[in-house]
Amino acid sequence: MVVKVYGTVRSACVQRVLACLLEKEVDFDVVHVDLEAGEQKRPEFLVLQPFGQVPAIEDGYLKLYESRAIIKYYAAKYADHGPNLLGSSLEERALVDQWLEVEAHNFNDLVYTLVLQLVILPRMGKPGDLALAHSCEQKLETVLDVYEQRLSKSSYLAGETFSLADLSHLPGIRYLMNEAKMGNLVTERKNVNAWWEDISNRPAWKKLMQLAGH
Amino acid sequence: MAPIKVHGIPLSTATQRVLATLYEKELEFELVPVDMKAGEHKKEPFLSLNPFGQIPAFEDGDLKLFESRAITKYIAHQYADKGTDLACGDTKQKAIIGVAIEVEAHQYDPIASKLSWELALKPVFGMVTDKAVVEENEAKLAKVLDIYESRLAHSKYLTCDCFTLADLHHLPTVQYLLGTEAKKLFDSRPHVSAWAADITARPAWCKVLALQKH
Repeated sequence: MVVKVYGTVRSACVQRVLACLLEKEVDFDVVHVDLEAGEQKRPEFLVLQPFGQVPAIEDGYLKLYESRAIIKYYAAKYADHGPNLLGSSLEERALVDQWLEVEAHNFNDLVYTLVLQLVILPRMGKPGDLALAHSCEQKLETVLDVYEQRLSKSSYLAGETFSLADLSHLPGIRYLMNEAKMGNLVTERKNVNAWWEDISNRPAWKKLMQLAGH
Repeated sequence: MAPIKVHGIPLSTATQRVLATLYEKELEFELVPVDMKAGEHKKEPFLSLNPFGQIPAFEDGDLKLFESRAITKYIAHQYADKGTDLACGDTKQKAIIGVAIEVEAHQYDPIASKLSWELALKPVFGMVTDKAVVEENEAKLAKVLDIYESRLAHSKYLTCDCFTLADLHHLPTVQYLLGTEAKKLFDSRPHVSAWAADITARPAWCKVLALQKH
């Protein structure tokens, strides 16, 4: 049974899901959603995702949305296949959850706002709020200082093995380094840089980069 | 002397989320107050508990965690056989709960937190409510609650007919908003209104509210 992933291969949240499916070697089909034409806000799509956002998935009769819920499901469903992305003991799983929450609440909004103001709005011919972007950049520096400290104690965010917590950061950091051209935030931090080099060189992520044409 | 410690304050929605879970699970714990006014959460030793300088932080014996939604999940799983079952069902059911948890965190909470701050908390701190922010966020909350209204037409709680972590995570902001002008957004939606009344009447939640009175 092939998992249908609704969205586009360039969307960060869709990439979060595809990265997990590739790590777990789960077959999928990307069903293209025309975001520029606003397809995600049309009634037919809202049945799949009532908030009008991508991704959404269909796996047999199971329908899910919210990228972080989707990756948790597949990491659990295929716990015995491919790398263990969840952690082994309950305590390890709690740390994976903790750093997934950090990504969602301390990291993601800042990166999203930065990319919106510096890349997406200008692409649409609208002015970006540079003051807001600068403020986000400063906050992100503080957040990444915490990561730097954390990664001096362990190879990955939740411990010594790659987990969903690390995976969840991949799309956002890529956007930050490539389109937003703020790679210095990563490269200036020795441990964060080493961590990024490691996780972005995983075969599953490289395969996704090929699929996305990056 | 309880091995479980929560570092935080009864007014904080994120702290309340953890306390509600502990009460649902009938667990002994110690609430260690954090002097927010004095900036205790931004200094050591608190930063060793949460390097992002936010409450709550949590200890269970040697395990230290932060991020309220990671903590509640840990408690729900570690103490699965005690008190209320907050994570019911098989992997697929848990995935559906996972979606609702993400929806609370990403679609609902940013709006509900802003409104709670403007309408419920600012007056407590002698600050002036920003009417423009209130108007903007009430409009956004209305749209989210419309989706909740459709959902709650199918089951008593957000994911099924049992109360789970997905419902619990909403308690702190639902409680605050029901005490403000934003209550009208709940009252005008019969299923949402019934759900909100039901979850805020739970004995475990009433214990959390009792803590605020001291």
